[in-house]
Amino acid sequence: MKELSLNILDIVENSIKSGAKNINLEIEEDNEKDFLIITVKDDGKGMDNEFVRIIFDPFTTTSTNKKVGLGLPLLRESAENCGGGIEIQSEKGKGTIVVVKFKHSHIDRPPMGDLASTILTIIATNPEINFLYVHKVNEKVFKLSTKEIREIVGDMAALRDVTILKWLGDYVRENIKTLYGGEENGKN
Amino acid sequence: MEKIKSIEELRKLREHARESLKVRSGEAKVKIMVSMGTVGIAAGARDTLMAIISELEKRQFHDAQIVERGSLGLDKEEPVVAVERDNKTIFYGKVTAEMARKIVAQHVINGQIVSEWVIAKE
Repeated sequence: MKELSLNILDIVENSIKSGAKNINLEIEEDNEKDFLIITVKDDGKGMDNEFVRIIFDPFTTTSTNKKVGLGLPLLRESAENCGGGIEIQSEKGKGTIVVVKFKHSHIDRPPMGDLASTILTIIATNPEINFLYVHKVNEKVFKLSTKEIREIVGDMAALRDVTILKWLGDYVRENIKTLYGGEENGKN
Repeated sequence: MEKIKSIEELRKLREHARESLKVRSGEAKVKIMVSMGTVGIAAGARDTLMAIISELEKRQFHDAQIVERGSLGLDKEEPVVAVERDNKTIFYGKVTAEMARKIVAQHVINGQIVSEWVIAKE
């Protein structure tokens, strides 16, 4: 995948497939300390130690209609090539935490890309999930909670309305742009 | 300089959403499913979904529900979009953002299947 925002969507989709009702996405970027850390935490069905041990094997997948799973192995390779890595903690019946680290300034680090579209995709296709997105870039922070948004718009069905979705997409895009000091995405 | 959107604006939109939900009582007339497995995402499913939302919003069509479905195992056809309307489900393959806009206008809203892009029917 060319953008980290697509990897983030892939990880969150794994959380959704695991039956998670609460998903937290935290992105922390620090130019001075030179790191970019993506953390996805869910309360899905989790995995046992044996499955976690083989999860980076491309021939490991939970899919019933295919035999390979390339999302995590390729992301690990990308992170390790950029002075970082990936860690997965999981407990059966409790949930999973995926932490991906990159050296922020590494020349081969993929750009963040269209993160606003990733956030909107998660909300539009799973309005019933409590999704919390916290993004820190140096000293700036943007936070979005679908639980809070559902309280504002009244109910879950309203979160399926295209006018509300369009507004949310624009709202997230504007705030991410502000985090990056006016730049459209995290190419810095 | 354009004013940054505030979450307060969302409260105003709430009334709008209530009106459209009132018009649409019960199940949505159309269900749109986008496959969001790893291959679908890598093939551009996210942009396809964004085009669907944008086109529905542009045309102010509120009687559709966006539903996610995992990979169908049709990797070479990703991004796959399925439209459920009039008790029939039509699957479209290799759906770009531009194709998605046409599928919304022609099939989702007007009920005419875009036959040249159909890969399966249910």
